[in-house]
Amino acid sequence: MRTMLRLAGVQKSFGTHHVLRGIDLDVDAGEMVCLIGASGSGKSTLLRAINLLDPIDDGEIVFDGVDIAEPGLDPQPIRQRIGLVFQSFNLFPHMSAEANVMLAPGRVKGLRKAQLKAPVTELFQRFGLGDRMGHYPDQLSGGQQQRVAIIRALAMQPEILLFDEITSALDPELVAEVLDVLRRLREEGMTMILATHEMGFARELADKVCFLDGGRIIEAGPPAQIFDNPQEQRTRQFLSQLL
Amino acid sequence: MTDTSDTTARPGRRAVFEAALRRRSMRIAATSTAAVLLAIVLLVPLAPGWEAVKKSFFNGPVFSKTFPGLLDAFLLDIAIFAWSLPLIAILSLVVAICRDIQRPALYPLKLFATLYTDIFRGLPVILVIYLIGFGVPGLGLPRPWNSPYIWGSLALILVYSAYVAEVIRSGIESIHRSQRSAALSLGLSSGDTMRFVVLPQALRNVVPANMNLVIALQKDVALLSFVGPVEIFRQAGVYKSLYANFTPYVGAALIFLIITIPATRYADYLMHKRRRIEQ
Amino acid sequence: MKTIVTALCATLVATAATAGNDCTAGKTLEDGVLTIATGNPAYFPWVIDDAPETKQGFEAAVAYAIANEMGFEDDAVSWVRTSFDEAIQPGAKNFDINMQQYSITPEREEMVDFSLPYYTSAMAILTTATVVEAVGDPAPEALKGLLWGAMAGTTGAMMIDDAIGPEKDILLYNDNTDVTQAIQAGQIDAALFDLPTALYLSAVTVENGALLGQFPAERSQNPDQFGILMEDGNPLKACVDAAIEALTASGQLAALEAQWLAAATGVPVIE
Repeated sequence: MRTMLRLAGVQKSFGTHHVLRGIDLDVDAGEMVCLIGASGSGKSTLLRAINLLDPIDDGEIVFDGVDIAEPGLDPQPIRQRIGLVFQSFNLFPHMSAEANVMLAPGRVKGLRKAQLKAPVTELFQRFGLGDRMGHYPDQLSGGQQQRVAIIRALAMQPEILLFDEITSALDPELVAEVLDVLRRLREEGMTMILATHEMGFARELADKVCFLDGGRIIEAGPPAQIFDNPQEQRTRQFLSQLL
Repeated sequence: MTDTSDTTARPGRRAVFEAALRRRSMRIAATSTAAVLLAIVLLVPLAPGWEAVKKSFFNGPVFSKTFPGLLDAFLLDIAIFAWSLPLIAILSLVVAICRDIQRPALYPLKLFATLYTDIFRGLPVILVIYLIGFGVPGLGLPRPWNSPYIWGSLALILVYSAYVAEVIRSGIESIHRSQRSAALSLGLSSGDTMRFVVLPQALRNVVPANMNLVIALQKDVALLSFVGPVEIFRQAGVYKSLYANFTPYVGAALIFLIITIPATRYADYLMHKRRRIEQ
Repeated sequence: MKTIVTALCATLVATAATAGNDCTAGKTLEDGVLTIATGNPAYFPWVIDDAPETKQGFEAAVAYAIANEMGFEDDAVSWVRTSFDEAIQPGAKNFDINMQQYSITPEREEMVDFSLPYYTSAMAILTTATVVEAVGDPAPEALKGLLWGAMAGTTGAMMIDDAIGPEKDILLYNDNTDVTQAIQAGQIDAALFDLPTALYLSAVTVENGALLGQFPAERSQNPDQFGILMEDGNPLKACVDAAIEALTASGQLAALEAQWLAAATGVPVIE
């Protein structure tokens, strides 16, 4: 299997706060990797670093054979190939769901509205929101908003999708509809990295689970190993707190 | 709660109570307003100087002789306002965006924009109009480029753009960082992020605050009279010295109110609407 | 007209001596003191060096002559400063009489009292030598195309409209300094002032200043006459008028005019 993303020795500090202390991680094409760990363990920062929203201090991020952590590199073309979905949806409140989705392909790829209409409609229908395209974010439920946010990221046809605790801000009864979307993307072979607290979901679908603590990956492996037979004391401690 | 149709047909206890309360406060407000008005109408004419004040400030013949001329002069106010406003909109937007620059290479622009807003917000409008309206043409510009209409308006534009730019900047800062992150993560350029994501939201948030500045501008247009143009305030002054009577000023005040009161109400309405949306 | 004035003067001169005594008592703000207001600042040649109490300057000299005629000694005259607005606002005044080149108009007389005129002014066009050269012959037709300015609150603006009827809107300014600044900056070509003020400004204030022409008082239908402003119904009016009549009849007023307001020779007359 082809390695799509390789992280090596990734370091990141905010002031005196050392958030990432040397992260190594390989993600193969078509793989689904789940990052678990307590709040503040560095999961979100890692995802934002891969999307080049927060430039890293040291280390390498090799994406499709190119080190995208190279200082001075224009981040814009790389971000177009790496999608990121946020915990708080971050839809643009002044635009309809459809306009949210069409903005980036229109501006970045220079596609016209008429050209985008069909594929975007198709995406909305595929995720059960065909009748919500004209709605504004404040007219949609949390689950619907998060699905629009995923559609927005997908419309750029990214090669890899990052999800930053996308169900954490949702009411419990709305979590399932969003996880269903992930399940479908998994079936379609999308390469994904998820920071998540949904342990059941991670166990069911992940190819690889990484446990982060204090800015390091303490333990990584297939879900069965991490959840049923953790090797590290800290992993066991974290998992026992959840139960 | 068992029969909902009943509660919709007949007002509930609270609704009855609140309606009574509303009626009562209406009564109090109406009575007190009437009492104050009555007191003014009855007592002010008793003041020993009332006849003189009436003759000087509320002189019917002078009013009717000067009012048409004042209205005519007010057209110049409206013209100055109309050509200044779009230029203020453009300049303030440019300055606000410059102040938001984060790229180190463009830091001088940011510094310049900051200095500009600090200086022009720190000066009285009238001073700027005097200095620019007389000072720049004094450099020896040829006609028509030394016109007080041009330089006086420019002074107004410079001062008001500084205020509007600050309002827009506060609007930009009020847009949460996550909106920028979301736009950038999709691969939008920082320019597109500002243009399509941040600015539309920021500008909408600051419409009420800017409405207040627009109303203030409408009034400050009169300050251009200090460098020559005969707009309503100056025309009222001319009539005042012609008739040795202050009534033309009262006429000018009325004309201003006819414009500014509806505008103020509208600004309040917008502010109220904005607050409702945010709740 | 002339005969009536002379006749009037003759009768008034006879009564002047008795009128003087009535004037010092009971009619002024402060008994025995005549409080006179002038501008802030007061300009040359009306008051020299902004110091009216030195009697230097035409209005300062006339003020003391009137006061003396009314029976006030020099040291019984007290000076205050007012703006035009303060002079016409309703309510208590801080002056008995106010003297700062107020033009007598029928509209103003509705609101305040004016004395008889103490000076009749020609109006003159203040401009620069460059404009004089460009215009050449100051015929009213040639003046229409100029950009005109005047001091707001003077009769100058109305006179420009009446006598010249310029093509472009007149620009108005707060004071002499602003008008001359506008001429200097080329924002206006010319401004209308009373002749003495125009002479002073062209000689002293405006660089390269010149007078384009004058509208002589005796040829104007509505000559610009300066009167002393008093509150409507002021009992002093009769005393002041009597004093001015007496000074006119004795030729003292004309002498003061000759002393302080140099004859405007060489300023071409506009027909």
